[in-house]
Amino acid sequence: MPKQSPVPTELNKPFWDAANEDRLVVQRCNACTDRRGLNVLQHPPATTCGWCGKGEDIVWHQVSGRGVIQTIGELHDAAQRSLQADQPLNMAVIALEDAGQPPCYMLSHLRETPTGQAKVGDLVEVIFEVTPATGQKVPEWRVVT
Amino acid sequence: MTTGPTQPAPQSMYRKREGLGVWEHRGKVAAVGIGHSPTARRWDGKAESSIGAYALIALRQAIEDAGVDPAQIDGLVLDPGTTTGAHWQEGDPIPYDVVNAYNPTDDPLDGIAKLSAPWILNNMPELTGINMTMYGPGCMSNSIVVAAQAIGDGLAHTCLVLKGWHNLAGRYYQGGAAAQDTVGGDGVWGQLWGTRAGTTDAWNFQEYLDKYGKSHDMMAPYVVNSKRNGLLFPEGFFAQHRPEVITVEDYLAARWIVKPLNLFDMDIPIMATAAYLFTTPERAKDMKQKPVYILNHCTTRPKFGLHQGVENAQASTDATGRKLYEGSGLTPADLDIENMYDGFTTFHVYYVEGLRYRGMQKGDALDFFQGDISLEGPNPISASGGNSGAGRTRFWMHTDSIQQLQGRAGARQVHLKNGRPETAVSGGPMPQGGDFTFWSTSPD
Repeated sequence: MPKQSPVPTELNKPFWDAANEDRLVVQRCNACTDRRGLNVLQHPPATTCGWCGKGEDIVWHQVSGRGVIQTIGELHDAAQRSLQADQPLNMAVIALEDAGQPPCYMLSHLRETPTGQAKVGDLVEVIFEVTPATGQKVPEWRVVT
Repeated sequence: MTTGPTQPAPQSMYRKREGLGVWEHRGKVAAVGIGHSPTARRWDGKAESSIGAYALIALRQAIEDAGVDPAQIDGLVLDPGTTTGAHWQEGDPIPYDVVNAYNPTDDPLDGIAKLSAPWILNNMPELTGINMTMYGPGCMSNSIVVAAQAIGDGLAHTCLVLKGWHNLAGRYYQGGAAAQDTVGGDGVWGQLWGTRAGTTDAWNFQEYLDKYGKSHDMMAPYVVNSKRNGLLFPEGFFAQHRPEVITVEDYLAARWIVKPLNLFDMDIPIMATAAYLFTTPERAKDMKQKPVYILNHCTTRPKFGLHQGVENAQASTDATGRKLYEGSGLTPADLDIENMYDGFTTFHVYYVEGLRYRGMQKGDALDFFQGDISLEGPNPISASGGNSGAGRTRFWMHTDSIQQLQGRAGARQVHLKNGRPETAVSGGPMPQGGDFTFWSTSPD
């Protein structure tokens, strides 16, 4: 069963437009990145940087699409009707490779890996999953073997 | 009567920072009266069992319990929300027979799926002296700290504190947006993947287990103990409707909801309402029940994001513990009863360690749970049984703390080596943040 289709907003449209082109972009605060010497990335997007509180130096930044599993659970009882038929599902938190500190996370079902097999620390790469209601693509992940 | 619409309490009433010193009103606010409605699994559609009706029952019982003339009450603090997951679905018909069985406000769902201060005052004509109403949103834990600060600040001298929970037909959190083909707003970052109540806590708990080399099975004694405590709580849902004894085997065989949390790590949504009567120590002298003094309250605000992590949960409960002790002037060695929130059960791991209850350090909680944590033992854990033992209300731990210190907790009464307990802490709703209260039999 498919995911629901996300409905973009003005703020997050660049993220979803990039996903439709099989590219993963997240917000980067250039001022914080320059100051710290490490990518200061944030996701979900916001109008201001969660680190410095300013918004003028935030840009959309394409990332490598690689990461690691930070932590993982299993979803057995979802509220979302569209997910219920395929349970249990992995519920993984992915830490993006490109982020310095603070870390930058995304979620994943790791559909190609049965539950109970993926482990914390496993390397993952982004894939893009089409959601049927609108055709919008959604960033997903798979374990790199 | 009040002037102007009831507002959420200003942020200045919450003690959020460390370094504030001993609370300026330490020992100058007391809880005296307690009132509870009956409980039910879901609303049956009748006027007399609506959340409004339940609120009136609890409030009047708290007033009677304290032995106060209603005309003497000058404050009311409550949470206008009465659910987190049983929302009235758009288009569902309004039951006007129920609406019109009471003196309604302009909102027909007031008293059915929410509770405003005007609705309460419209339907309690005996409250002729109210001149302060305020909202402490989210939880009884929040309303309690608002009421305590209001009395300390002199905004009221005798204040009712109210929290109600309704529950409707259907499964919690399901239907509505969860049943659509599309998702908007912030749901695109979490709900799209099926994040639900408990997801964050499952991730954090898995990190905790990995960090300290523990297993989920080690929660079993905690859950069995909480279920037992709940059956000794006559005001609670399970004691009233489902007196089931849950064993270790039951817990280990329960189905996963979001692994590593299972069915018994979750709570069950119910209908219930509780009310307390707070006042000043001087006025409490003339009331029927022993006063339980508030030595401190504090607030920790959660950070939000897709994943906060166990480190953040631990840092937040550490901060909460430090603030509770700093403002009360007491130490972990002075704490008799810990009654922190348990909706999810795994919250307790962080809370007891953050409080340094019985000397616990990081990673100790699950080992501690393997010992005697019963009401009879020297180290009672979650004496109320919490949501786990008595249903989803987020207030059993407050009622229990007051009852324990008044010496009227009945079959749940804790007796420590040196006698009746003298101090308790309660609060919630999350390890990452919430509102917390330090209670004592003595104002000193």
